[in-house]
Amino acid sequence: MSRQEINCNNLCQVLSDYIDGELSDELCHRIEEHMAGCEHCRVVFDTTNKTILLCHDAARETELPTDVRERLVETLHLEDFLKPKSA
Amino acid sequence: MVDKTDEEFSLQALRTGDKAEFARLVAAYSTPIYRLGLKMLADPQEAEDVLQTTFLKAFQHLPEFEGRSSLSTWLYRIAANEALMLLRRRRPEFALDEEPEEGAPMLPTQLADWSHLPERDLLSGEARQKLDLAIQMLPEKLRVVFLLRDVEGLSIKETSEALNLSETAVKTRLLRARLNLRERLALYFAERLSEEDHP
Repeated sequence: MSRQEINCNNLCQVLSDYIDGELSDELCHRIEEHMAGCEHCRVVFDTTNKTILLCHDAARETELPTDVRERLVETLHLEDFLKPKSA
Repeated sequence: MVDKTDEEFSLQALRTGDKAEFARLVAAYSTPIYRLGLKMLADPQEAEDVLQTTFLKAFQHLPEFEGRSSLSTWLYRIAANEALMLLRRRRPEFALDEEPEEGAPMLPTQLADWSHLPERDLLSGEARQKLDLAIQMLPEKLRVVFLLRDVEGLSIKETSEALNLSETAVKTRLLRARLNLRERLALYFAERLSEEDHP
């Protein structure tokens, strides 16, 4: 897509690569130029970014339950190395 | 996006069955592996099965681990395979995923800008349930890519190694997963936006 004009359809196809910083500076610049004049694409970009952030933050709150940890330690016979978490 | 790096573990000790070193590995990666299992399967018992099987297999196969990928990628690979196998067992009559690999990704249809909603809306208990549900609704092959890349923080290359996919296939699936999730969340958050405008 290096010489292709950026439009709403092809921007969508490179959105992930753009978010991940995988595109050339030149292509990033043309994408940013397009988004500066296209509310539709700016919203898709902002809400996609926010989607990733929210899913990441919510999922990362998952903790290993104490009983699950204890059964894992027992199964692996690691009681001498991994002590129960103090209450 | 695990805090410890491979450099902090002695591969030699792990390969020779050093239990103290293995315990350090378990302590570092048990939460991420459990989280991956839980988000893949949405079932705490099956997530625990994934966790236990992953470390049992890891201990068994560490002597043969050649270090072609990082330790963490290798553990995620074992866990992802276990989770996908459990999903296959749930409904053996279906192949995983009917999502086509080719063709253009879905084009966005929900265009409300909810990204600036207040935190109380974005992080409410109900919103978190919607997030979980949206992830569960993803086809399995997209879900596992999204979880490894965007939740666990693996690079595209690491994700491709963990899933034995080309980097191009990872990128294609990641784009589909992200747009799919965005679309589902937009439906929910657009309603919150409407309530903000018209309380």
